[in-house]
Amino acid sequence: MASTFDTVADIIAETCDIPREQISPDSHAINDLGIDSLDFLDVAFAIDKAFGIKMPLEQWTAEVNEGKVSSDNYFVLKGLCANIDQLVAAKAA
Amino acid sequence: MRLEYFQMVDRLVALDPDAGSVRADCKVPDASPVFEGHFPGYPLLPGVLMVETMAQTGGWLLLARARFTRMAFLAQVREAKLRAFVTPGRALVASARLVHDGSGYAVMEGRLEADGKTVAEADLTYRVVPFPNPDLRGQMLDVAQRVGVAEEWFHGG
Repeated sequence: MASTFDTVADIIAETCDIPREQISPDSHAINDLGIDSLDFLDVAFAIDKAFGIKMPLEQWTAEVNEGKVSSDNYFVLKGLCANIDQLVAAKAA
Repeated sequence: MRLEYFQMVDRLVALDPDAGSVRADCKVPDASPVFEGHFPGYPLLPGVLMVETMAQTGGWLLLARARFTRMAFLAQVREAKLRAFVTPGRALVASARLVHDGSGYAVMEGRLEADGKTVAEADLTYRVVPFPNPDLRGQMLDVAQRVGVAEEWFHGG
C-alpha cells in the first residue's frame, strides 16, 4: 500500500504537471512547487477523494493568516501528510 | 432567461440541498441583443452562456446548502461539451449534482437538456466563500425568491 506521501506526491505530479522527482517531503507546496490557489483546489479535491476526508482548508488558511501557525505545518508536504493521517485516523475512530 | 442581464435561471423545479441535486427551467428568449452578434442571421445561444446556465443552477444548490451565508463563485470548468446548437425559444432544463463539498470549494457536474436530450455538460468547481458584502447577499436573496428557492433555505440550519 502506498504511503500517504507517495499518494500525495503522485496527485501533485499529475494534477500540477510537476515532475515527480522534484517533489519531496520537505517541499513547500506553494513556495517550492509553485502550486497556485486554483491548482491547489484540484489537489485538495483529489486528496479528499483519495483519502475519503475533507481537509479543513479554510481553518488551516485562517490559522496561517492569523499567525497562529507557520504555513509549513500545512503546506510542507510532510506536515500536510501528517495532517492527512490525523484526519484519516479521526474518521476511522 | 434574460441573457443581457445574465439571468439564466427562470425557475427551480427541484432543489434538494441535502441530497445535492438541483434542476431548473430556463427558457431561451425569442429575441435578445446577444443574438444580433451570435450570429448575425443565424442566432444561437453562445456556448459560454450554456456553461453559465449550468453554473448558476449549481450555484443555487450551494447557496441553499450554506443557508445563504456564503456565495459560490465559479472557479473552474472542465470537460465542457457543447453537444448541440440551442436556438432562440428553446425550453432548457439545467441540472447539477454535487460531487464533492470541500472546505471552501465544491465540485459539481452540470447538465443542460432540451427535449430530454443533453445539449451541454461540464464539471464545475466553485469557490464557496463568505459573502464579500451584505448588499450582494441581499441581492441574491431577492433573486432566490424570484427563481423559487424555498425560504426554509434562507436562514439558519
